[in-house]
Amino acid sequence: MSQLKEAVLATTAQGDKAFVPYIMAGDGGLENLQPTILKLQELGVTAIEVGIPFTDPVADGPTIQAAGERALAEGTTLRKVIETLSSFAEQITVPLVAMTYLNPILAYGTEKFAIDAKKAGIRGVIIPDMPLEERDIVHPALKNGGIDLVQLVSLTSTPERIERLTKASEGFIYAVTVNGITGARSSFQKDLAEHFKTIQTYTDTPVLAGFGISTPEQVKNFGSYCSGVIVGSKIVDSLANNDWATIETLVKASKTALVK
Amino acid sequence: MTTTVKGRFGRFGGQFVPETLMTALKELDEAYDQYKDDEDFQTELRYYLKNYVGRETPLYFAERLTEHCGGAKVYLKREDLNHTGAHKINNALGQALLAKRMGKKKIVAETGAGQHGVATATACALLDLECIVYMGAEDIKRQALNVFRMELLGTKVVSVDSGSSTLKDAVNEALRHWVTNIEDTHYILGSAMGPHPFPTIVRDFQRVIGDETREQILALENRLPNTVVACVGGGSNSIGMFYPFVEDSDVSLIGVEAAGKGIETGKHAAAIQGGQTGVLHGAFMYLLQDEDGFVQEAHSISAGLDYPGVGPEHCYLHEIGRATYGTVTDEEALEGVKLLCRTEGILPALESAHAVYYASKLAETMSKDEILVVCLSGRGDKDVHTFHEAFGGDLG
Repeated sequence: MSQLKEAVLATTAQGDKAFVPYIMAGDGGLENLQPTILKLQELGVTAIEVGIPFTDPVADGPTIQAAGERALAEGTTLRKVIETLSSFAEQITVPLVAMTYLNPILAYGTEKFAIDAKKAGIRGVIIPDMPLEERDIVHPALKNGGIDLVQLVSLTSTPERIERLTKASEGFIYAVTVNGITGARSSFQKDLAEHFKTIQTYTDTPVLAGFGISTPEQVKNFGSYCSGVIVGSKIVDSLANNDWATIETLVKASKTALVK
Repeated sequence: MTTTVKGRFGRFGGQFVPETLMTALKELDEAYDQYKDDEDFQTELRYYLKNYVGRETPLYFAERLTEHCGGAKVYLKREDLNHTGAHKINNALGQALLAKRMGKKKIVAETGAGQHGVATATACALLDLECIVYMGAEDIKRQALNVFRMELLGTKVVSVDSGSSTLKDAVNEALRHWVTNIEDTHYILGSAMGPHPFPTIVRDFQRVIGDETREQILALENRLPNTVVACVGGGSNSIGMFYPFVEDSDVSLIGVEAAGKGIETGKHAAAIQGGQTGVLHGAFMYLLQDEDGFVQEAHSISAGLDYPGVGPEHCYLHEIGRATYGTVTDEEALEGVKLLCRTEGILPALESAHAVYYASKLAETMSKDEILVVCLSGRGDKDVHTFHEAFGGDLG
């Protein structure tokens, strides 16, 4: 079984919910990457989503865009992120999931990327600008390299698409909880429970909710629909302000998801 | 025809967009398939093109320019005479009518020079659609007059400060807006680029340029032209001009990209001549990028050509050798402006001036019994400020 799926299932088997923080690699300098990852895994996160900055991040809201621009200004590239991760790969105990737009992977070379990323502790990839229909451009190389390709399922995905997406997704299924881009939200659509139920009918691959989740209450709430959550903008903000207390509270909310 | 698999032009094109957009693209694809052959829709489109836009536009024999070049007979396809001053209205109107049929009440668009923004704002005013246009902060400074025109037409113009604050960032922001408002909004993309079905839709709404040209030149000269020249940014006027000639293998098709300060300086917008294949804004295409796959800023004196990618059908026509692509620098384009003003009394848009300059040099090398058609995609009123800055008091 994929390490990513295993990590999520191990968490839920204990009665907890998976918690996957998103960090922007290179925000505050690449030297931050090692201490941040080590500290997050110490807090008991399930996996870590490592964002690769890109010049044209069309799926991202203002918070992650700004973090990306800071990381780019630091000279962060996919190559440098992989090098940095490789330098402490033996200390990484949770699976890493790279979130990167497609073009940096194409420029890196898909075969080489799969090999180097695996050595760097990357176990899965999320590519927000590559829908299922286009995945042949990288999927064979990732499969060879033993890296999961995580598919996003959106609120606008039709039932027919949801079935295909969930069956194709590897590691876990990334259920986008809003129509829109990344970033904190105060409210969500009412019929989300139904949406998650639909997704889960097609597969035993765990479903994680992401986009817009920023409070412990939302972590608990979404945790009750599915196997866990991905928190992006709030983590990125907290890291930029060195506010580890907020991050700890969010992670804790996932540990007690079943204790109402 | 140049589509190999639906949505693909050879290996170019595709639908590289967030999952949230996939259902909307499918819906658009199906709606377009339905209406493109719908007699009622086409009649409505033709009505507005004739009575509102002012089509057909003349194919004008540029006699003094021809004399000046001393070679091929040069004809100008006068898209500059369209309502709103450029070819952009052909597509904006077509897509706005399509949006209306699809039951969408709101429109989002991007704009660089402002021509597509003005055309879209115009079509939305005409058809009573709510319109929001994203425009790079840099372009807003360069094209203040067009911003005001859009506002006058009732459109909300939003300044984009991210990235390089130009056209590509405006596309990013328009895509984000569309993802967030997918239920009631149609995105009127302004060039023959982006994810399928946009490159096909935009080309089909612009092919009226080439269709008319073909008929007109047959009526005037009783034969097809030897060469057709058009400028290429995203590539909408050029693909509209080229497409009806693609099967005529004797007609050579030449696209002119913006070389900015010169290809060798790296400060240019020539994706085919100076880029590598990659993915941006939904399509696999030639793209200005660095070795890490980061998109590089394009540079051109003409805001309308200032884009780091190029439409997928052009990439394909280039790869199979059916069209060839040349470049013209900022300085040469300005020379093209002056040339057309002095010989014909026509002030071309900076974008179109790239094609004019290239054609004038090419015509010199051709014989007098050959025919060259230039797509004069827009008029230069919007650029007078730039001309004034560039020429100063020194008009020579």
